[in-house]
Amino acid sequence: MNKTKALATGGAILALLAVPAFAGPDEDSLVINGETEIVTEAPAPAHLEGVLDTIYSGWRFRSDDTQALEMDDFDNPAMLAVDAAAATFETVDGAAGKSCASCHEGGPESFAGLGAVMPKVRESDGKLVVMEDIINECRTERMQAEEWKWSSQTMQGMVALIRLQSRGMPVDVAIDGPAQSFWDQGKEMYYTRFGQLELSCANCHEDNWGNMIRADHLSQGQINGFPTYRFNTTGLVSVHNRFRGCIRDTMAETFAEGSDEFRALELYVASRGNGLSVESPAVRQ
Amino acid sequence: MKRTCVILAVTALGAGSAFAQAIAPGEVAYEDGAVSASLTGAPGDPAEGRKVMNRGAGNCVACHQVTDLTEYPFQGEVGPTLDGVADRWDEAQLRGIVANAKMMFPDTMMPSFYKVDGFIRPGDGYTGKAATEIHPLLTPEQIENVVAYLLTLKE
Ligand code: HEC
Ligand code: HEC
Repeated sequence: MNKTKALATGGAILALLAVPAFAGPDEDSLVINGETEIVTEAPAPAHLEGVLDTIYSGWRFRSDDTQALEMDDFDNPAMLAVDAAAATFETVDGAAGKSCASCHEGGPESFAGLGAVMPKVRESDGKLVVMEDIINECRTERMQAEEWKWSSQTMQGMVALIRLQSRGMPVDVAIDGPAQSFWDQGKEMYYTRFGQLELSCANCHEDNWGNMIRADHLSQGQINGFPTYRFNTTGLVSVHNRFRGCIRDTMAETFAEGSDEFRALELYVASRGNGLSVESPAVRQ
Repeated sequence: MKRTCVILAVTALGAGSAFAQAIAPGEVAYEDGAVSASLTGAPGDPAEGRKVMNRGAGNCVACHQVTDLTEYPFQGEVGPTLDGVADRWDEAQLRGIVANAKMMFPDTMMPSFYKVDGFIRPGDGYTGKAATEIHPLLTPEQIENVVAYLLTLKE
């Protein structure tokens, strides 16, 4: 997994700022490294009946230049953090004298499939967990090491490394059974018009995807590609960081990264992407 | 992690109105979504209202396209174009739509620019923190000015 190269030129970055002048998703298809086919358009899952017919990855709403950076891991700036995470995976840390690899002998590859079904309700304690929770529990409980900050590059690099093992697999998070009540909570949040601007996620990502809002081309707000590398922050962005920013931009008191509210919202938003491929780590402008 | 773009950068300015007799947000009388009395008691200035359409004030162009405002880039397509809007609505209706569009269009996405209550988790501007004091998104003067500007948009 050392297929990394820093992003080429300043010129490429400037080109990314250009605004696409079309509405709706484009017709491009995504194949990564010439081998992994990514489903960026799929029939909407049954729970979205009457709301959306087709779901699209955010990749389909980006400019050709931004899209291109995701088509080869040598060009994908997110792979720097993924490579660092691969090294961290082998590195002993904490009072227990263990690395991730001490327990997970099969390496990151042993997590193939996990990214496609997260978040999920853990059977042992009925808690809704997202990838960051699992990683931090391994660190604090099994390694006796410090927990990582939610949106730190170290944490998000590890999330990206683990999700990468499921790249190309269809997102398939469970929404029924023990997940149902969390899913209901997330759904309610999705339709709540927060803040002084009184805007819900649905206002922008369900009613207006494809439209321009100022300089931004609205996508369906899918999270199948998270963590995503964003140029305006030059780093990996966590799902909860993205949620926080979107709610803050409605002139609202936002929720904290790692809050139960955002776990529930993450489950719900992930389920709106059931059928798209895991695309992590994606590149967005 | 700092985010640099605030999509709908409208600024709440409410305090310090120069017009002591301005009608307060809670006192505005809506009739079928329209407001007949000037919020300031005086006519607005269309040239000033033109500026309110831009980012940093009403940021109306985030959602609306207006041919007359070509110097403001990146006009949105969430709401209808405002070209010819004065042919479709009269002054009282335009004032009502700008002050609180939800009176005219119940579930509209358009923010209410002259309203200070009924919000869910209102924030302190774009800090993400809870609001301590809520000002309307636009002052009464700005609303009158923007209505005066909209009245110039005839086809
Ligand atoms: C005022 C409009 C607005 C609201 C409200 C809003 N968003 Fe967004 N969101 C955007 C814009 C603009 C972008 C960047 C362009 C894009 O990817 O759609 C974005 C991007 C995203 C992305 C990244 C998609 C990608 O492919 O990288 C996610 C996920 C997202 N939003 C989720 C949400 C959720 C969940 C909510 C509600 C809690 C929400 N948004 C509310 C405007 C909004
Ligand atoms: C977040 C998006 C948004 C913003 C910001 C916004 N509007 Fe609107 N506006 C809309 C939508 C959507 C409608 C259509 C009404 C409906 O929902 O049926 C609308 C309708 C209107 C109409 C009626 C147009 C017609 O032809 O029927 C006027 C006038 C108007 N807006 C003026 C403004 C002004 C002035 C501002 C800024 C001070 C503004 N809008 C800001 C979304 C917005």
